[in-house]
Amino acid sequence: MKQKPTLGEVLQAKGVSRRGFLKYCAATASLLALPPAMVPRIAQALEAARRPSVIWLSFQECTGCTESLTRSSSPTLEGLIFDSISLDYHHTLQAASGEAAEAARHAAMEENRGNYLVLVDGSIPLGNPGFSTIAGISNVDMLTETVADAAAVVAIGSCAAFGGIPGANPNPTGAVSVSDLVTDKPVVNVPGCPPIPTVITAVLTQFLTFGQLPDLDHYGRPRAFYGQTIHDRCYRRPFYEQGRFAETFDDEGARKGWCLYKLGCKGPITYNACATVKWNQGTSFPIESGHPCLGCSEPDFWDDGGFYRPVSTARIGGGAAFGTAVAAGAAIGVAAAAMSRRRQQKTIKEG
Amino acid sequence: MELLDFARGPALQFGLYAFVIGTVWRILGILLLAAKPDHSAARKAGGFMAALKVIYTRSFTADAFKQDTLYPKILGYLLHIGLFVTVFLFVPHILFFKGLIGLEWPGLPNNIIFFVGVITAGVGVALLVRRLTNPVLKLISNFDDYFSWLVTMAPIITGIIIPIRFGVRYETLLAVHILSVALLLTWLPFGKLAHAFLVFFSRGTTGLVLERRGAKT
Repeated sequence: MKQKPTLGEVLQAKGVSRRGFLKYCAATASLLALPPAMVPRIAQALEAARRPSVIWLSFQECTGCTESLTRSSSPTLEGLIFDSISLDYHHTLQAASGEAAEAARHAAMEENRGNYLVLVDGSIPLGNPGFSTIAGISNVDMLTETVADAAAVVAIGSCAAFGGIPGANPNPTGAVSVSDLVTDKPVVNVPGCPPIPTVITAVLTQFLTFGQLPDLDHYGRPRAFYGQTIHDRCYRRPFYEQGRFAETFDDEGARKGWCLYKLGCKGPITYNACATVKWNQGTSFPIESGHPCLGCSEPDFWDDGGFYRPVSTARIGGGAAFGTAVAAGAAIGVAAAAMSRRRQQKTIKEG
Repeated sequence: MELLDFARGPALQFGLYAFVIGTVWRILGILLLAAKPDHSAARKAGGFMAALKVIYTRSFTADAFKQDTLYPKILGYLLHIGLFVTVFLFVPHILFFKGLIGLEWPGLPNNIIFFVGVITAGVGVALLVRRLTNPVLKLISNFDDYFSWLVTMAPIITGIIIPIRFGVRYETLLAVHILSVALLLTWLPFGKLAHAFLVFFSRGTTGLVLERRGAKT
């Protein structure tokens, strides 16, 4: 088998300067909350790393995660590093199709047994194998076969991580997440709809550098990126504390950039790095553009009571249920009073 | 189901229904009770105004007791005002009420709410200490007193902790806070906390009775 070029060689061939490369390494160390002393180690490891084989499986998804990673407005070093991995199978991006594509997947699995990474976007339908197939293979069969000899699995996006929109109530396809099915391999969840591209490449970088996956939270998300809420790092947080809120999308508060809590912002209960890493090369994030956070990196965000309902709104039944409660209380109260009156009359008669 | 989903879903729902059922039950159960047989003529004609007068005048201490009851009276007022401010003037709470009854009103900045919350918690602790150290008060206190104190203070204390965190995740603290509110709502109509709505009926009734006897109120 032909020896694959190292990442350093690939980046050098693409004209990436040493300074630019080290800047990326420093930024990645910072993002991963690693000490500055780790920067040379990251650089050394990345330069020497052979192009890792990556198999990207797309199941019940919208391709938004792939778009997020590939549709940057200008080439970034993250993009170049992503280009530099050996993406041996990705049915949206690869030129091959049909049997040739499947042959490429099998070849990559065979040649890199035990060492390749599997990136998955989209949830897996269990309701009926025919709900989603690739080359006639059901999603669950393809996932099971592909991860069997993988080093690790990265679930990209909320659909792969938690079931996402396909898994939303009433979940007609019986969609499940990757971690529901893969229990014998390390699984890293990188949720978001879509996830931040930098987060995806940083997870890959950590794996290439240290040969291990990042520290994860109870949802399997890298703590370095999902350790704090959007609300904690939001630049509009002072307005929340001052009690200054936008009431509508075009009122004075909205124009002045006040807190979007009343408009349904899920920032207080959403763990993601949008407020710090931001999108489009650090340009902005949804709240900065005037829209509340939807909480897309949290499980079941689609079913969380409505995008524009404030976090503190109760998830309880409507007026009919309260009417029933009032009627029940009245019935018990009348019955209790009647019993008391009977007792009173009996006492008077006896007394 | 996550703890937060459980807290703001089934748990809060149970608490609210228990509160509504219990409140209507207690109020109707008392209002529909038969009046005692009346064998004497009224010295003064009792009326609605007599009831209102006592509801108002009993909010203040009689001159003879002012000095002796100053400390608990101040604490009591602080506690109730603090509860009112933290429950009804915190913007996320207002949005909760808006979701329930459709009404909204202006709130206060969070730092004021936090300050009032801390004062209220401190006052609550002071009242508990007084209950435990005053021999008479301790003697007449029962489970209802201590449990009512606990379910009242729990939402205040858990609410104060939310912005501080102490390393605990926000949604966990929020869930615990909502669960404590659900417990408060469930207990409120059935224990001594029912004074929240019965106080006006009891004072009003006292006013009517005293008016009828011609007593100075």
